[in-house]
Amino acid sequence: MSTSEVLVDADWVAEHGSDDGVVLVEVDEDTTAYDGGHIAGAVKIDWKKDLQDPVRRDFVNREQFGELLSSRGIGNDDTVVLYGGNNNWFAAYAYWYFKLYGHGDVRLLDGGRKKWELDARPLSTETVTRPAAQYTAAEPDLSIRAFRDEVVSAIGSDALVDVRSPDEFAGRLLAPAHLPQEQAQRGGHIPTAVNVPWSKAANDDGTFKSADDLKALYGGAGLDFGSDIIAYCRIGERSAHTWFVLHEILGQQNVKNYDGSWTEYGSLVGVPVAVGDEPGQA
Amino acid sequence: MCGSTKGGLSVAGIDTSKEAVIQGRVLRGGEPVGGAYVRLLDPSGEFTAEVPTSATGHFRFFAHDGRWTLRTLAPGAKADRTVVAAVGRVAEVDVELTAA
Repeated sequence: MSTSEVLVDADWVAEHGSDDGVVLVEVDEDTTAYDGGHIAGAVKIDWKKDLQDPVRRDFVNREQFGELLSSRGIGNDDTVVLYGGNNNWFAAYAYWYFKLYGHGDVRLLDGGRKKWELDARPLSTETVTRPAAQYTAAEPDLSIRAFRDEVVSAIGSDALVDVRSPDEFAGRLLAPAHLPQEQAQRGGHIPTAVNVPWSKAANDDGTFKSADDLKALYGGAGLDFGSDIIAYCRIGERSAHTWFVLHEILGQQNVKNYDGSWTEYGSLVGVPVAVGDEPGQA
Repeated sequence: MCGSTKGGLSVAGIDTSKEAVIQGRVLRGGEPVGGAYVRLLDPSGEFTAEVPTSATGHFRFFAHDGRWTLRTLAPGAKADRTVVAAVGRVAEVDVELTAA
């Protein structure tokens, strides 16, 4: 897989963003960001309202995802270019989610909203409306999504990579430091997980590092590319960023994202937890 | 300025006795800079969090005890500032960007 099939730069968006068959989609945690100014022509997907079931903790189902994309004017054959704030965390989550439901051509804007802003490129506050489309989502591809039982089984057999910050990994923080720290669950990490913070895969401006640098990064951290790999963080958005790096940029097919992540695992009764900076024993 | 809240972001609704808050403003020529990116680096220099500043130039983090670095990125500018945080205190930091 060529990186250009999964990643585009700002010049590409400036040139092709309004082409027929190309849909720009902004995905944020803070959806007021879109309302304050977005790339011209981009539609919005709300990470929480649009992609999470409103009652139980799970994704929207296949039919709901199809309805969502239809309402945004996205067809099955469109090239979808995702971007967003938080260094593309939620855009990467949406990318993984689009892949889960079988979308063919989806790409990330390298550097996301931040790089676009730091380069002082234009943002628009015009309301974007696209004619509704007919989108049919596929059955979810569970080869890229991990659930809690397989995560527990993976301890001591498969490779686990915790992509949170070192302080969260060690249990000194319970959430990323832009969020309040009072949480119900315990601090720490899944025993045997190596800690490769998502941020090590990105430059300060939010763009991804080169494939060679990325390979050296995970190899140097002791991640076994020959094993099945499960990536996790706190709620699955930063690990979607790492899933994108491993699965889409480096072409590793044996990688799943565990979206339950620490908010689920750290609240489970009876499972092993490791604290401190070392991976710990199975 | 540590411990001062004068002129800072309101901490209403935050249990400051349990949090090590780091907050402040990004300024350029004394004027607030909205939409700048402030990242919090731990003592080893590793990324811990990042927020864009509000329209009034404000940012806030919830850290723990220790010495942190605030790295600010804005179009044409980059600045590093160190700050000491402690649970039970609000560390106020103004980051002044050099005019580009």
